[in-house]
Amino acid sequence: MNARLNGPVARSGRDERRRAGGRLATMERQLEYVLRTVEERNVRFVRLWFTDVSGLLKSVAITPAELEDALESGMEFDGSCIEGFTRVQESDMLARPDPGTFELVHIPGEDAPVARMFCDIHLPSGEPFDGDPRYVLKRNLEKARERGFTFYASPEMEYFYFRSATEPEPLDTASYFDLTPSDEASELRKQTIIALESMGIPVQYSHHEIAPSQQEIDLRYTDALTMADNVMAFRMVVKEVAQSSGVYATFMPKPVAGWNGSGMHTHLSLFEGDVNAFHDPVDEHGLSKVAKGFVAGLLRHAREITAITNQWVNSYKRLIAGYEAPVYICWARNNRSALVRVPIPRRGESGTRVEYRAPDPACNPYLAFSVILAAGLRGIEQEYELPPEAMNNIYEMTPEERTAEGISNLPNSLAEALDVMEKSELVAESLGEHVFEYFIRNKRMEWADYKAYVSPFELSRYLGVL
Amino acid sequence: MIMDPFLVYPDPPPPLLVQTLDLAGYAWKAAANASIAGQQEPSDGWGGAVVSAEVDPEGAFVICRALRRRDVPVQPVLILVAGNQLGDLELREDLFDDFCLTPFHPKELEARLRLLAWRAGRATGPEIVEYGDLIINLETYQAAVGGRPLDLTYMEHELLKFFTTHPGKVFTRETLLSRVWGYEYYGGARTVDVHVRRLRAKLGEDHAGWIQTVRSVGYRFGQSRWAAAGGSTRPAPD
Repeated sequence: MNARLNGPVARSGRDERRRAGGRLATMERQLEYVLRTVEERNVRFVRLWFTDVSGLLKSVAITPAELEDALESGMEFDGSCIEGFTRVQESDMLARPDPGTFELVHIPGEDAPVARMFCDIHLPSGEPFDGDPRYVLKRNLEKARERGFTFYASPEMEYFYFRSATEPEPLDTASYFDLTPSDEASELRKQTIIALESMGIPVQYSHHEIAPSQQEIDLRYTDALTMADNVMAFRMVVKEVAQSSGVYATFMPKPVAGWNGSGMHTHLSLFEGDVNAFHDPVDEHGLSKVAKGFVAGLLRHAREITAITNQWVNSYKRLIAGYEAPVYICWARNNRSALVRVPIPRRGESGTRVEYRAPDPACNPYLAFSVILAAGLRGIEQEYELPPEAMNNIYEMTPEERTAEGISNLPNSLAEALDVMEKSELVAESLGEHVFEYFIRNKRMEWADYKAYVSPFELSRYLGVL
Repeated sequence: MIMDPFLVYPDPPPPLLVQTLDLAGYAWKAAANASIAGQQEPSDGWGGAVVSAEVDPEGAFVICRALRRRDVPVQPVLILVAGNQLGDLELREDLFDDFCLTPFHPKELEARLRLLAWRAGRATGPEIVEYGDLIINLETYQAAVGGRPLDLTYMEHELLKFFTTHPGKVFTRETLLSRVWGYEYYGGARTVDVHVRRLRAKLGEDHAGWIQTVRSVGYRFGQSRWAAAGGSTRPAPD
């Protein structure tokens, strides 16, 4: 602080120092808030959360005594133990808790709350680590921000309750919107929502889904980074609440053949400050040029990003005709069979949004939001033309009719999705080299294992006759 | 104890000053001159004044003098000056109780204000902000409603503290974003809605109504200040 005694300082330099001073004060206070709260509330464990490339939640518990150190310099761990992070020879990593995500979590039966924070992964040199999905999303959001956009997401999370993790035995045989007094699942759903709300994850809507024992909980929109964190916390909370009642909750995209699968239809919007950039009051559909470009981008790159939004062998058993899952690449306003739906907003302009219906709830939300955003931004940037809205029920058209209308299909299998993704410069750029390369390699192995497996389908159909 | 609000000059005050006062939990009002300061004065008087002499040194000294010449002088007065303005302080020692050099460090300003308040005998215990059965302890960062501790994130805590120290006033999303979040937050203005929703959920059903949505403007915490002060439900002019 010597400079200040040397008379007038250049205006810009002073402003910069002021901003830095403000940021520093906020950071310091944030750390102090976390440390004081841990002390005042008798928190005994702090869970540090991060996500591997496959989208599985990793958690390390530390004691309050270790917290200050972890906040200041990060917590060291062996990155080679985490899927998609590093090889053994370069295994040291730092998990740096993001104090802005600090939340207290109450565990039933425990007096003192547990604290949790999401972490950013850094290299020992202090650089952010390219393989950290949270960092991948931050990089993509930064690109949106450079264009003045904030990206908001609101997913509809579907999942099943089963009696156990080994057999898909449903808790009920109820269906869409059913309300039965003996509905064990609706009690679990209620407890889940209370737990979510108390963790600051507001729920918009919840109901019984179409298939037996299938549930849906819709999360209210937030900025995409917070929402990706929320999706991770959501999956954890749903499973924990179920487990405490001896029930198993699963986000497997298609656990039972012949029933509807579980999707994660995600409502998306871009804002410029306070203004919804998707809305244009003059347009006949109320859609701005930005919205049209975004949708066109999603449609044109849909095949390339499907391996990320639908990343398991099982994901493709959901993406078939006849179960309300999208199959054909088209958009519509009120046609629920379309891949991109543009719901008619209920009130005011802030409601204008587009719904992308491909993702399933077993995706890695950080990576899924990254590629979805990249596809949409590309459409805006290159001013892709929005194809005409699909008017008929596309499922009733013949393949020839669909070809004539220029409607193509989502990939049929993980293998096909990987083939398309591997050629995509958009996905490579959006994910970064590290994640892109690891993802393809890892998923090729998954596909090879699947291909080598002789299924009950084959035995029952072929063994007796061939 | 509840602190009386500070008078801040000029209007609008420098952003870092606003942020520092807000972060430290001080209530304040800005005034562009002495007569406005008189009109804006709360019934219990000003808790002190923070006057920035950076932009308009003359105006700053005029307002300091006016505050000191009243029947009940405003105390304490802290003045913010740049290094090359130090000479201007000479022979004006009666106009202020302390000064701070700009660009100031937020922690330093906070420490000086705390010391001034202590000297003036205004701060004796931990600083507590109250609203109904909501209590926020500014020192421990803990908030409770009806004795029930609230589990808040840092930003939720800051937003609640801001609301509670400015009851009855309507704030736009942009204002809340710049006053509570401060610099370069990239969630966008809709983030305010998200946090308000979370705060309402955590306050619980009985208290969720404290944060009112003012259509096509923004938010207000509690009733208008007139209604709250007088205990009546008369609609507010603001």
